[in-house]
Amino acid sequence: MKIKALLLGAIASTAFAPVAFAERGSDGHVSIIYWQAPSILNPYLSGGTKDLESASLILEPLARYDENGAMVPWLGSEIPTVENGGVSADLTSITWKVAPGLKWSDGSDVTAHDVKFTADYCLHPEGGCASLSKFDGVSSVELVDDMTIKVTFDGPTPFPYGPFVGNESPIIQKAQFESCIGAAAPGCTDQNFYPVGTGPFVVTDFRPNDVIQMEANNNYRDPAKPAFATLTFKGGGDATAAGRAVMETGEFDYAWNLQLAPEVIAQMQKGGKGIPVAGFGPLVERIMVNNTNPDPALGPDERSVIRPNPKTADPAVRKAMSMAIDRPLLVEIGYGSAGKLTCDLVPAPAIYATGNDSCLTQDIAGANKMLDEAGWTKGADGVRSKDGVRLSFSYQTSTNAVRQDFQALIKQWWSEIGIETELRNLNASVFFGGDPGSPDTFQKFYADVEMYANTFNGTDPQAYLANYLCNDAPRPDSQWQGGNISRFCSEEYDALHKKLSQTAGTEARAEIARQLNNMIIESGSVIPLVHRGRLSAHSTTLGGVKLNVWDSELWNVADWYRKDGS
Amino acid sequence: MTELSNPTPAKPPRSQWLDVWDQFKSHKGALMGGILFLLIVLSVYFGPFLWDIEPTKIDIRARNQGPSLAHPFGTDQLGRDMLARMMAGGQTSVSVGITAMLLALFLGSFIGVLAGYFKRLDGPLMRLTDLFLALPLLPLLLVMMLLFREPLNAAFGLERGIFILIVVSIGITSWMPTARIVRGDVLALKEREFVLAARSIGTTNTKMITRHILPNVLSPIMVSATLGIATAIITESALSFLGLGFPPDFPTWGRLLFDATDYLQQYPERVFWPGMAISLTVLSVNYLGDGLRDALDPRIRGR
Amino acid sequence: MLTFTIRRLVLAVPTLLFISLVIFLLLELAPGDPMAQVPLTVPPEVKEKMREALGLGQPMHIRFWKWIVQFFWIEPQVMIDYYFGTSFSEGDLRVISWQTRSPVMDIVVQRIPQTLWVVGTAYVVAIIVALPIGIYSAYRQYSWFDQAGTFVSMVGFSVPPFFSGVLVIVIFSVQLGWFPSIYDTTHVVNSWDSFVKQLQQMVMPVMVLALQITAQLSRFMRASMLDNLNQDYVRTARAKGLSEYIVVMVHVLRNSMIPVVTVIALGIPSIFGGAIITEQVFKVNGIGQLLIGAIQANDLPMVQTLTFIFAVLIVLFNLIADVLYGILDPRIRYD
Repeated sequence: MKIKALLLGAIASTAFAPVAFAERGSDGHVSIIYWQAPSILNPYLSGGTKDLESASLILEPLARYDENGAMVPWLGSEIPTVENGGVSADLTSITWKVAPGLKWSDGSDVTAHDVKFTADYCLHPEGGCASLSKFDGVSSVELVDDMTIKVTFDGPTPFPYGPFVGNESPIIQKAQFESCIGAAAPGCTDQNFYPVGTGPFVVTDFRPNDVIQMEANNNYRDPAKPAFATLTFKGGGDATAAGRAVMETGEFDYAWNLQLAPEVIAQMQKGGKGIPVAGFGPLVERIMVNNTNPDPALGPDERSVIRPNPKTADPAVRKAMSMAIDRPLLVEIGYGSAGKLTCDLVPAPAIYATGNDSCLTQDIAGANKMLDEAGWTKGADGVRSKDGVRLSFSYQTSTNAVRQDFQALIKQWWSEIGIETELRNLNASVFFGGDPGSPDTFQKFYADVEMYANTFNGTDPQAYLANYLCNDAPRPDSQWQGGNISRFCSEEYDALHKKLSQTAGTEARAEIARQLNNMIIESGSVIPLVHRGRLSAHSTTLGGVKLNVWDSELWNVADWYRKDGS
Repeated sequence: MTELSNPTPAKPPRSQWLDVWDQFKSHKGALMGGILFLLIVLSVYFGPFLWDIEPTKIDIRARNQGPSLAHPFGTDQLGRDMLARMMAGGQTSVSVGITAMLLALFLGSFIGVLAGYFKRLDGPLMRLTDLFLALPLLPLLLVMMLLFREPLNAAFGLERGIFILIVVSIGITSWMPTARIVRGDVLALKEREFVLAARSIGTTNTKMITRHILPNVLSPIMVSATLGIATAIITESALSFLGLGFPPDFPTWGRLLFDATDYLQQYPERVFWPGMAISLTVLSVNYLGDGLRDALDPRIRGR
Repeated sequence: MLTFTIRRLVLAVPTLLFISLVIFLLLELAPGDPMAQVPLTVPPEVKEKMREALGLGQPMHIRFWKWIVQFFWIEPQVMIDYYFGTSFSEGDLRVISWQTRSPVMDIVVQRIPQTLWVVGTAYVVAIIVALPIGIYSAYRQYSWFDQAGTFVSMVGFSVPPFFSGVLVIVIFSVQLGWFPSIYDTTHVVNSWDSFVKQLQQMVMPVMVLALQITAQLSRFMRASMLDNLNQDYVRTARAKGLSEYIVVMVHVLRNSMIPVVTVIALGIPSIFGGAIITEQVFKVNGIGQLLIGAIQANDLPMVQTLTFIFAVLIVLFNLIADVLYGILDPRIRYD
C-alpha cells in the first residue's frame, strides 16, 4: 500500500472518489471507438495518432503529461529536475530512476535495462523509428544501476524531457523485443501486435485496422484497477458514426476526436446517451501565405522556391487578408465549443501565449482602406491590382467539410476587399503525403495560400518554432522536405531561435518564444484562424474520463469506472 | 393482275424513322420520361435566369432556414440558397452524367460488338476488359489527374479542362460491364438464322453490325445507359471528395447530397432535393430508354 | 468446350502477370506517400528514415521481382505449411504490409468471414429477389407491378449507399433501436442466440447492398426477357400447346439468361472485393475497408496483393461466364 501511494501520488492527489469500485475488473466491459483504426501496437513503428493512443493502454512511459500539461511521474519514481539533482547543472544529462516494484504483464520485473533497450531499439539506424525526434541530441544512454538510467546529450539541453516521456516514447520490454532490433523490426508481427506492457490492459486479440480486444492486466501496479475486466477498441468508419454510436445509440462508451459541425454534435447530444468533452492543446487551424512565387509558368526548380511572391510580398496585402476574416464566426460555424479565438501561432500552454487579440474583430473597411493606401486599385471586375500584379489567389486545403466551408466564407470576405480566390481541395493522403513527385503536397505549396492545422507534442514549442527557420524551407534539393511551409525567412528570427535553444528556465524561454511568435504573426506569413480543441465524447455512464490533449487521450483509462445505477 | 399493275400504291411510302417516331410518340412512358427530362434540363439551364441568386453567395444570417418564399428550398449551413445551388449543381451533374454515360456506352458497345462479332478480336479485347476491371480505381484516377490536369487546364481553361478530365475518367473506368454484356449477346446473336440469311445475301460486316446486330442488343445497352447516368453522377461527387473534381465551391447534386447527409436528422429537406433530382433524372432517362427500345422493335411496332 | 477452357486457363497466366505489372506501375506512378498519416509533428528527416526502413529506397524492378517471388513462391508454401504442418516457408520473408508490418495474407484471411457474410449474403438475396421481379415485370410489361418495380429499382439505384446507409442507421438504430449501427467483427456464431444477433447486425448492410444489386439485376433480366418474349420460337412453343409456365420459365428464361449471367459473373469478384462504402458506413471492416484504408495509407504491398487477387477472380469468373454461354446457348462456339 505504501509503494502504491508513493507511485500514484500525483494521480491520487486528484482522485475522484473511487468508492464505486474496490476491485479490479468489477465493472465489466468498456468499449472505445476510434474512427481511424489502429494498425500496429508498437508506437515506434506507428503510422499515426490512432496507433499511439491504442498502444498507450498497454505501454507506458517514465513520465506523462496530465490534463493540464504538467509532467507527472509514471513508471519513473519522480521527475528529474536541476533542483533535485536529476538534471545536471550544465543541462547536458538527465538521470531517471525507475519506480521499484513494477511488473510487466508477464510477471517479470521492470528494470532500467528495459529503458536502455528502448533507447537502443529506437536509435538503431535501420529500424525506421517513428519517435526518433524524441531522441534528438542524445549522445548516449547509459545504465547507472539496475533501476537508474542516465541520458547524455551532445550539448546543453534546457528541455531534456524528450526520451521516455509522453505517449510517443513508452518503455518496451527487453526480453520480448530483443530479437526485433533494427532491420528485423518489421518481421516481429507477434511482438508488434501483442506487446508485453505495464499498462492497465493486456491484448487478447488484435485485428489490424479493425478491432482490439483486451483484458485487465493482472500484474497492474494498483490492485484495485482497472475497474473494467475487458475492453474493446473498435476502429474504422467516420467521425459522424462514432459520435452517433456513443451519444445516440449508446453502443460504445468513448469516441475519439469528433471533428463535426457544432450543430451535428448538438443534435447527437439530444440522444442523451453521451456527452461531448473538449480539451485544448496548441493546435491551430491557420492559413499559410506563400512567400515564394508559385506561378505555374516557372520551372520545377523555381516554382515555390524563388522569392518573392509578387502578390503577397506587400505587408499591407497580408495584413488586409487577416483583417477581412471574421474569426468568431469561423469558430461558431466550424468548431463551436471545440474552438477558441486566437491571434497566435502558439496559443497554449498559457505561459507561451501572448494573448494578442488585435485580430478578433473583422474590419473590411479598414482592410480596404489599407489596400487603397498601399496603391492597390480596384479594376472593373472588382479585383485589385498594382503594377500589373492582380490579387488573384489560389487557395488549397485538404478535403474536409469544415475546411470547405471555411474556404467558401474566406473567399467571400476576400472578394469584399478586392481579392479574387480560386479554391482547390485535395485528397488528404496526397496533400499531407510527402511524395516529391506529386504537385499537390502541402510542402510543395504550388498555391498562394493554403490552410491546415498544426501543433506540437508535449509542452515545449522550441521544435515547433524551428519550423520557421530560413534553411528549413522545402526545396527541390531537399526532396521538398522541410517544415518551413510558408518559406518565412528572417535572420533576426533565426538568431533569436538559436538563443531559445540555449536558454534555460521556463520564464525566460517563454519570453523568447512569445517574441518569436509575434515575429511570425506580424510578418503575416501565417494567418491564425481558430485555436482548435479536441472534442471527444463519452457515455453518460462512464466515469473518470479526463480529456488530455498533451498526451494520450486514454492516459488515465485505469481510473475509468462505470457509474452506479447504470 | 389489275391490282398488281396499279401504278400508285394505296398508301404513301413511309420511312422507317417516321414509324419509329410514331411509335415513340404514342408510348405513354416515353412521352412522360421525355417531358420530365426536358423539364429538368430546362430548369437547370434556364432556371438561373429567373432565379438570379448566386449559388455561392453566403448570407450567414440566413443559414439553416427551412423552405420559405425568399428561399423556396431553404438555405444551407452557410446561408446559401438551396434552389440556386440545386440549379447550378444540376448543370454540372446532368452534363457530366449524360456525357460520361454516352462515352462509356459508346466505348462499351463498340468494344463489345467488335469482340463478339470478330472472333480474332475477342481474345485481346476481352483481356483488355479484364485488365480495366482489375485496375484499382482510385490510384488510376490519381494518376490520370497527375498526368493530364495541368495540360488540359492549359489547353481548355480551368473549368472545361476539369470537365473533360472528369468525363473521360468516369467514361474509361465504367465501360467494361457494358462491353461484357454486349459481347455476350452478340455471341448468341451471330449464330441466329437471320444473321446467316443476311450473310448469304452478301451483307458486309459493317452493314451487318449496324443493321442486324446493334438493333438487337439495344435493350441491354439502354439498361446500361440508365444505370450509367446514376453511377456517373455519384462518381463525380466521389471524385470531388478526393479533390479530383471541380473546385469545392462548385455545387453538384452528388456533393449536395453528401454534405446534407450529416444533417439528415435536423434538416431532412436538404437531402431530399438532391436525392429526388438524381432519382428523377435517372427515372426519366429510364422511361425514355424503354420507349426508344419499344419504338425500335419492329415486332412491337403498331401493336 | 474443354479444350477451350484449358486454353483459356493457360492463357490466363501471362495475362495475369501482365495485369500485375500494370497494377504495380500504376501504383508506383500514383502520387502518395506511406508517411501521409504520420502526424505533422514528426520531422521530415525521421519520415525519410522510416521510408527507407520500408524498403522504398530500392529500385522499382527489384521491388516488383520481390513481390512476385513473395506472392507466387513463398505464400503458397506458407499455405502448405499451414495445412500440412510442414516448414517449407520458415525464415522466408512474406508479403508484408507497410501499415501493420505483418503478412498481408494473414489480414486478408482475417477479413474474409465478415465480407462473405455481408456482401455474399447481399448478393444471394439480390439474385433471389431480382430474377423473379425481372421475369414477372417483363411478362406483364407496363402492369402496375412492373411500374412499381421500375420506380423502386431506379430510385434504389440512384440513391448512393453513403446516404441510404446513414438513412437506415438513423431509422433502425437511432429511432427504433432494433439493430446495432456498428458491426461486431469479433462476434462468433455458435448458438441460436448468437445466430440471431449475427442476423441483426447483418440486416442493414445487406439491405443497403442488396437494394443496389437487385435494381441492377432486375433491370437486365426484364430487358432481356422482353427481347425474347416476342420471338417467333415463343409463338411456336405456345402453338405446340406447351403450358405458359414451361414457355416462359424454360424456353424464354434460358435464352434471356446471357446478359444476366454476365452481370452476375462481373459481380461475384466484387463480393470478394467487398463493398467499400457500405463496409465503411456500417464498420463491417471487411476486404473493401481494408483496400480503401491501404490506398489511403499508400500501403503498396497490401494494395498490390488485394488488387491482384481481385484480378484473378475477375479473369476466372469471366471465363466461367464464357463457358456458361456455351451451355445456355449451344450454338455459341469458341473453337
